Amino acid sequence: MRIAISAADAAALIPDGASVMIGGFMGVGSPDRIIDALVARRVRGLTVIGNDTAFPGVGIGKLIDAGCVAQAKLSHIGTNPVTQNKMIAGEIEIDLIPQGTLAERIRAGGNGLGGILTPTGVGTVVEKGKRIIEVEGRAFLLELPLRADFALIRSRESDYNCNLTYRLTAMNFNPLMAFAADCVIAEPDEIVPVGVIPPDAVRTPGILVHHLVERPR
Amino acid sequence: MDAKELIARRVALELHDRTLVNLGIGLPTLVSRYVPHGITVAFQSENGIIGFGAPPPNGMEDPHLTDAGGGFISALPGAASFDSSTSFALIRGGHLDMTVLGGLQVDAAGHLANWMVPGKLVPGMGGAMDLVVGAKRVIVAMQHAAKGQPKIVATLTLPPTAIRPVSLIVTEMAVIEPTPEGLLLRERAPGVSVADIIAQTGADLLIIGEVPEMPVAIPNEDAA
Repeated sequence: MRIAISAADAAALIPDGASVMIGGFMGVGSPDRIIDALVARRVRGLTVIGNDTAFPGVGIGKLIDAGCVAQAKLSHIGTNPVTQNKMIAGEIEIDLIPQGTLAERIRAGGNGLGGILTPTGVGTVVEKGKRIIEVEGRAFLLELPLRADFALIRSRESDYNCNLTYRLTAMNFNPLMAFAADCVIAEPDEIVPVGVIPPDAVRTPGILVHHLVERPR
Repeated sequence: MDAKELIARRVALELHDRTLVNLGIGLPTLVSRYVPHGITVAFQSENGIIGFGAPPPNGMEDPHLTDAGGGFISALPGAASFDSSTSFALIRGGHLDMTVLGGLQVDAAGHLANWMVPGKLVPGMGGAMDLVVGAKRVIVAMQHAAKGQPKIVATLTLPPTAIRPVSLIVTEMAVIEPTPEGLLLRERAPGVSVADIIAQTGADLLIIGEVPEMPVAIPNEDAA
């Protein structure tokens, strides 16, 4: 059995300048309580890896608003004008990555792979500086693995052993990111006794999770 | 009928029974209102669901059940949810029958640009590049011109989304199919002449015989 920690204690583990994977898609399935605690403790210089920055005041957008982020690797910023303005002003360095490539680079990082070959991005600005490898007559980009110092995971349930489940479209990048960081912090909506989650329903085995955030109060 | 509705109703006729379809954000989303009767289509949203339905009644939304734009949706019987790797395995792996995407430009070779305007608009590509590379059919649903400027051009001036040509272009004026020989004008909208279309198009069009009028789907009250 593990000990659940507060969101503030979880945020205190993450130093200025850390690289952080954050689950969620337009804020859905983002670990809101850890994000709020990071904003409250005024963390600075983060490198964020996530799908998007949602809207101002939502999900990863809160970290953008509060000036916590120096760099970000994302697939989409079109819904957040604050992110776009900070990018144009040179306050945040943003690397835009096709969404499927982002998912597979995280998967590669977590799965011990040396990279992935994808046809996505061939012949576009995405191929700049990357190796093109031909396989059976078709061109693929070599895309390198992504890892981070921390992964912040939002789950539906956790049991006392940190086995995690996800809910509907709140799953998105969370189970991939749970493999791809040196320290994985899970923020569940509910914590249940061991055995409540059937083995078949576990999407992230608890062995991957280093810290569990206590239940919402 | 306004331009967007006309486009959506024409695109809906490209839907086939028992197929998996991904609709982009914006205009393409309207297509789901016009699924022809007797046809069952499963819609995928790239944030991780197949089989979503119309938004639930007020107050019954689930914050964990949303489309790729973050809007509330419902799930139909038989729906499935999954992670982002699986979602793009469906898209890139050739399991998605059709995608409908918005466009900023399409050129004479059928290349699509729909993800950025350098120096002006940099929203990011999201899933667009994977969709154009991976879907079996790629349909561009867009207005024929923007601010008087043709969006169908000889050569892209905006960064391409992919080098794979799209399958079909549907606008409020015409249906155009990119072919190895060039852009084939297949249909014209009601009340629009071939000369009108040529005047509003920045690339050469192949015109073979009489160009028929565009049919459109009727609204489907049961549709998502």
